[in-house]
Amino acid sequence: MLVYLIRRLMQSVVVLCVMSLLVFLGVFAIGDPVQILINPLADQAEIDRATAALGLDQPLWRQYWLFLVNAARGDLGRSFVYNVPAIGLILERMPATLELAVTATFFGVILGVPLGMLAGLKPASPVGKSIMAASILGFSLPTFWVGLMLIMVFAVELGWLPSTGRGAATCSLLGLKFSLCTVDGLRHILLPALNLALFKLSLVIRLSRAGTREVVLQDYVKFARAKGLPQSRVVWLHVFKNITIPIVTVLGLELGSTIAFAVVTEWIFAWPGMGKLIIESINVLDRPVIVAYLLVIVFMFIVINLAVDVAYSVLDPRVRLSEQRA
Amino acid sequence: MSDAPTLAVESLRTHFFTKSGVVKAVDDVGFTVGAGKVLGIVGESGSGKTVTAFSIIGLVDPPGRIVGGRVLFKGEELVGAPEERLRHLRGSRIAMIFQDPMMTLNPVLRIDTQMIEAVRAHDSAVGKDEARGRARDALGRVGIPSPDERLRGYPHQFSGGMRQRVAIAIALLNKPDLVIADEPTTALDVTIQGQILYEAQKLCRETGAAMIWITHDLSVIAGLADEVCVMYAGRVVESGAVDQVLDAPLHPYTRGLIGSVPSRNARGRPLMQIPGMTPSLIDLPPGCAFRTRCARADAACAETPPMTEPLPGRKMRCFHPHLGASA
Repeated sequence: MLVYLIRRLMQSVVVLCVMSLLVFLGVFAIGDPVQILINPLADQAEIDRATAALGLDQPLWRQYWLFLVNAARGDLGRSFVYNVPAIGLILERMPATLELAVTATFFGVILGVPLGMLAGLKPASPVGKSIMAASILGFSLPTFWVGLMLIMVFAVELGWLPSTGRGAATCSLLGLKFSLCTVDGLRHILLPALNLALFKLSLVIRLSRAGTREVVLQDYVKFARAKGLPQSRVVWLHVFKNITIPIVTVLGLELGSTIAFAVVTEWIFAWPGMGKLIIESINVLDRPVIVAYLLVIVFMFIVINLAVDVAYSVLDPRVRLSEQRA
Repeated sequence: MSDAPTLAVESLRTHFFTKSGVVKAVDDVGFTVGAGKVLGIVGESGSGKTVTAFSIIGLVDPPGRIVGGRVLFKGEELVGAPEERLRHLRGSRIAMIFQDPMMTLNPVLRIDTQMIEAVRAHDSAVGKDEARGRARDALGRVGIPSPDERLRGYPHQFSGGMRQRVAIAIALLNKPDLVIADEPTTALDVTIQGQILYEAQKLCRETGAAMIWITHDLSVIAGLADEVCVMYAGRVVESGAVDQVLDAPLHPYTRGLIGSVPSRNARGRPLMQIPGMTPSLIDLPPGCAFRTRCARADAACAETPPMTEPLPGRKMRCFHPHLGASA
């Protein structure tokens, strides 16, 4: 297990290096940030000075090498726009996005698994059919539209919940700000989290239903019933434990992509997360922020996938991490 | 214990209402089993043996439904009994062993979890440690070495034969009055099969439980059962004491079944076989279901033959039985 984890982490370093090169080349290709950053009336000397100050006069391989050397020391460069370390900018915004994504995933699981299992246990009943119809809606309605509708109904018409921002009362933990720990913060996060949860909810419903329908036909479920176990134990232990693997797989990927690309929802609810930061940075070609952001995301995906693999071995004793040569 | 037999099944009918028609999986089946006795149910795949078993313990899933008949467990009617009552009987008074040991145990739960829950589902007063103790003893009884260690294992760490022993141990945990074994040795190789048979027989004799042993293997029935029911297309076509039925089968199907077993005497000669296939049970027409494969069939067989008792203790459904002839 330990050997496996170490090997996986070493692989992730390779992935990070390759990824950084790709990102670096990609960002280099999309344009010259100096043209955007500098006053359009500036003369050539001023442009040259700015270019040199940002290190953009160096050849590409040298820029990349410098980047790698600095990255090894934990410095992913300074933002061209804010002139502060890019990684700091990202970490400052990260808690907002993290808590939004985690809350949304939490909603997706808490609501999706029971609903999906119910639909799987009673596929022909009106309840089961309505759940499936609702999940199709959840898949097909565009996020931005649902977000606007949520604001219309709950913030504008009913006035129950705030529609923008994280709320004033945030508490700090290890120097990072979280809004989940206050009532006001919870009120603020509810709508955007529900908005993001909708797609995940539909996905989890479908996975749980498919899994349940398959598992209830297995002999071991019938045997569990033949042992005279209460229905609740059959469903929540014998069936549930056997449908978790695909759900965990998809949720891991979904959590990652929500953290990375919750842009639309963050924009609609004016949520000060990383999504807004990356869009703004791309607009002004703030290279260090873009590169640092994508690397942080890649690292996060690696960590999430590792966590998912570890979860497999916890959930299913037949999975042996150490035997894999992945 | 009252005078009532451990289990009496009377004209049980279980039908499946599918889109392509009604499948009469069990159609007028009846038998009784007394305490300490072993009833064998023989038949080909699809003859309704397993559905009969599930009907008895009330585990027929939709679209299937028991549409008629009675299941009397020690005189208590189980058809239409409340689910909670059935749940209480299942696994405690009536236990079942399944066909495929590779599929019977939940792959993601430890053996001890699966055994302790079976004890505690019926007696929540039993503590975890006591339940574990019972589980360990049960594993020991079915011949699993170092049961303490094995309890902490997962099913995939057991061989097929071992898993079936675990399943038998689970079935016998609560000392049931009736054990229904649904082809428990079919998926195992012959030496293991012999051991399992021996264990099951011994344990039933020790506890005085009645047993229903479902199989398609006549040799197993010959060595194990006291009485036998031969099923064909959802009906019992012949029943009686096992020696009599096997020595002098009355029904042409039973005769064919016995003839199909390879034996030393028939060495070198082509095996006798029953021509044709079991009929589809979807909207099965009335009449003897075996008539399309039967050499003795004639116009009379278009009627459903009633259950008759041509000899004392021998019941069968046929207009043209092999009376007076030996097999």
